[in-house]
Amino acid sequence: MSRRDRGSVWRFLLPVGFLAFTAATVAAVLFKDWMPPVASEHGKGVDGMITYILCAAGLIFVAGHLLLAKFIFTSGADDAPAYKPIGNKAEMLFTIGPTIFILLISEIGVLFIGNPIWGQVFKEDPEDFQIEVIAKQFEWIAHYPGRDGKFGPFRMEKYDEVDNIAALWKKDKESRDDLVVRGKLILPAGKACQIRIKSFDVLHSFNIPAFRTKQDAVPGIYTKTRFVATTPGDYEIACAEICGVNHYKMKAKVQVLPLEKYMKWLEEEPGFFE
Amino acid sequence: MALTHSHGTDAAHGHDHPSGFWSKYIFSFDHKVIGVQYLILACIMGLIGAGLSVWFRTQLAWPGKAGMSPENYVMAVTMHGTIMIFFVVSLSLSSGLGNFCIPLQIGARDMAYPLLNMLSFWTIVPGAAIMVASFFVEGGGAAGGWTSYPPLSALPKAAPGSGTGQTLWLLAMAIFVVSFTLGGLNYVATILNLRARGMTLMRMPITIWTYFISAVLGLLSFPALTAAAIMLLLDRHGGTSFFLPSKLILSGQLQTNTGGTPLLFQHLFWFLGHPEVYILVLPAVGIAFDVLAANARRPVMGYKASVFALWAIAFLGMIVWGHHMFISGMNPYLGKYFSISTLIITAPFALLGVCLLGTLWRARIRFNTPMLFALGLISAVGTGGIGGLFLATATADLHFHDTYFVVGHFHLMIGVTSLMGTFAGIYYWFPKMFGRTMNETLGKLHFVGTMVGTFVVFTVQHFQGMGGMTRRYYEYVNEYVKPAAALNPLVTIFAFIAFGSQLIFLVNFFWSMFAGAKASKNPWEATTLEWTAESPAGHGNWNEPPVVRGDPYRYGEGADGKGWKLQTDA
Ligand code: HEM
Ligand SMILES: [Cu+2]
Ligand SMILES: [Cu+2]
Repeated sequence: MSRRDRGSVWRFLLPVGFLAFTAATVAAVLFKDWMPPVASEHGKGVDGMITYILCAAGLIFVAGHLLLAKFIFTSGADDAPAYKPIGNKAEMLFTIGPTIFILLISEIGVLFIGNPIWGQVFKEDPEDFQIEVIAKQFEWIAHYPGRDGKFGPFRMEKYDEVDNIAALWKKDKESRDDLVVRGKLILPAGKACQIRIKSFDVLHSFNIPAFRTKQDAVPGIYTKTRFVATTPGDYEIACAEICGVNHYKMKAKVQVLPLEKYMKWLEEEPGFFE
Repeated sequence: MALTHSHGTDAAHGHDHPSGFWSKYIFSFDHKVIGVQYLILACIMGLIGAGLSVWFRTQLAWPGKAGMSPENYVMAVTMHGTIMIFFVVSLSLSSGLGNFCIPLQIGARDMAYPLLNMLSFWTIVPGAAIMVASFFVEGGGAAGGWTSYPPLSALPKAAPGSGTGQTLWLLAMAIFVVSFTLGGLNYVATILNLRARGMTLMRMPITIWTYFISAVLGLLSFPALTAAAIMLLLDRHGGTSFFLPSKLILSGQLQTNTGGTPLLFQHLFWFLGHPEVYILVLPAVGIAFDVLAANARRPVMGYKASVFALWAIAFLGMIVWGHHMFISGMNPYLGKYFSISTLIITAPFALLGVCLLGTLWRARIRFNTPMLFALGLISAVGTGGIGGLFLATATADLHFHDTYFVVGHFHLMIGVTSLMGTFAGIYYWFPKMFGRTMNETLGKLHFVGTMVGTFVVFTVQHFQGMGGMTRRYYEYVNEYVKPAAALNPLVTIFAFIAFGSQLIFLVNFFWSMFAGAKASKNPWEATTLEWTAESPAGHGNWNEPPVVRGDPYRYGEGADGKGWKLQTDA
């Protein structure tokens, strides 16, 4: 067994393979922008966070594979003298060094770059526009509080697939001026929006990839997320939590309007029961 | 396998030589036979699980051309994940190789409870059968994802597979937990009580440490899954609402449940789920250490550091489950905590990784098939771990959660790392199992196909995830995702290469069992105890139980330039 493998082709093949894999991966990161174009304020922060990890982790990835390739390529043949210990100091440095390095870069990343942005996403500010998003198999419904600034309460008993998709009730004062839009989320640019998310049936996830926004819709509770859309234009919601057979079709349009246009739309759109 | 020997006074060895086909090969108490039985069951389940992936990868690459409906698709991904994790990786790596190598490596004649061992195998067989049978009931198999989050999995009307299919799924999982718990108890008892004379804890091969630690982890974390499964069954059939809130509307109808919360299930599930992924990967790393040392002809670097790292990973692994739930609706402060604690794990993980890598420093490498798989494992575990850094940072996870980035990450871990460790172990111990070696040419072909296939598939999936490509989609109909989804045919082609290579393995495995070249007692010139037994090892493993006189990795020692010494040598 041992003699036959001396001077084996694998001594070349493996390092070449590992290096090719490393080079291809690094090239893919450097020469193509894989992320969907970003269109929200905190989204730029998320991208910054990802870039930081790409650099730090990329360093480890490349260094690790270079060493792997080197060790394989320079390993002795079977008739080389038996292994001689490397020495405790060198071994300690080799093991403890990278361990501490990884710990530091990852914790620094999350504490100083990640957490402040995480804070922005979950901030609660009464000045923000309040919008509600309802998820149900397999569609998204936007619910705006209307002129009174108050969401009408849900009356699940009143739910009707055709006439009352948002399960509101005429007799509730707060409901009358509420706006309900099926399959489309209309948003202002440049103004913070607080989204509260509700599900009528199973879990879904409110995901706008261009905003780097993702928040599960959980029946029984409201979940929250917050963003400032930066650029008027059309985007998409894609459901990011398996919710049944048509999960893949559970999408909706996101339309970001300049602030004045958005305000005008809010003014002119008739309420759900008006 | 029969071999004449004196029984000595071993307490665990109270039974007689089996004779006759049934007691020797079917209801055997012998840990080696049981180990092989697990391996064969895993091969069968592996064909089914991998076959499902071939089916849905075809759909993803060429939508509509695979004869697959959206109903089929969600069922196929759900069953693929479940079968692969619980019935392939668990059964081959944890149960199969664990049963085979633990007594041999610690110098015991058998497991502490051989009868229990046989029972735990024959418990999992009906479990596997029920899981497979669930495909054929009305509505098909479970379709709520391998995580089976309620309400989707709790309400029969929520998805086609959420009827009888989901009930059978839960039943099969419950059986799995029973079997796995019996197995884990046996591992712990065996390792603590039946070590040969001189085999102190710090003389155990790292493989044994990893089996020991993962058994402890399993015993601590599986009860959470048991609780979750029972509550889910009650929600489905007992009229309770542990996970079901009030006033849900399904297909236009108001449901009667009140007062539960779906988040409870997620916490329970991941309280098991996260330790479970370590249960599946640590023994692979342990085996890689043994195989690397034997074929690099040097002791592992940092034995003590590795044992420490393993315990640290196990402990921290129990308190980070919430990193699967950053955006689940859990309190955002908890998200911060779980992010920080998860990133602490990267430290012991890095320590383990550097020890693997360092074991090649000043090596004299023998490039045989087990070694190739061990070398591939180093790259897989490193690359997958780096993906973990992105996911563990909650802010970055906002973009990556439930995308193909996660799919790529965990496949590199439990798909590639665990299976490479398993293959390294099978090629390495095959001579001890059957007295023959596996074919090297086929083995190397298997390695190349596996390596190239899996690495392309799962690396590209990371990039698709960066493009925001959500997982568990039958087809990609959103505009933003088109560039990422365009890579699907490429991924599928390489997935076929990876799949085809496993067929080479199966042929090699069964062919070599009967026709492989005869192997000597210690074909790899390795140092640990199993290589002091005959190949194949007989019933009771040794005539005289071995006595241990040194560390497990005595390479670079020994007189006359021989360069190695058995653990039993003076
Ligand atoms: C450096 C070490 C690791 C870190 C920091 C890490 C981190 C993470 C995080 C944060 C997630 C959740 C991602 C999400 O759903 O958004 C995740 C998912 C996962 N990881 Fe890891 N991981 C590491 C190592 C491992 C290992 C060793 C394994 C298995 C052997 C593993 C298996 C998995 C699995 C199976 C999932 C996904 C489960 C699912 O959603 O279906 N990870 N990992
Ligand atoms: Cu969905
Ligand atoms: Cu985890």
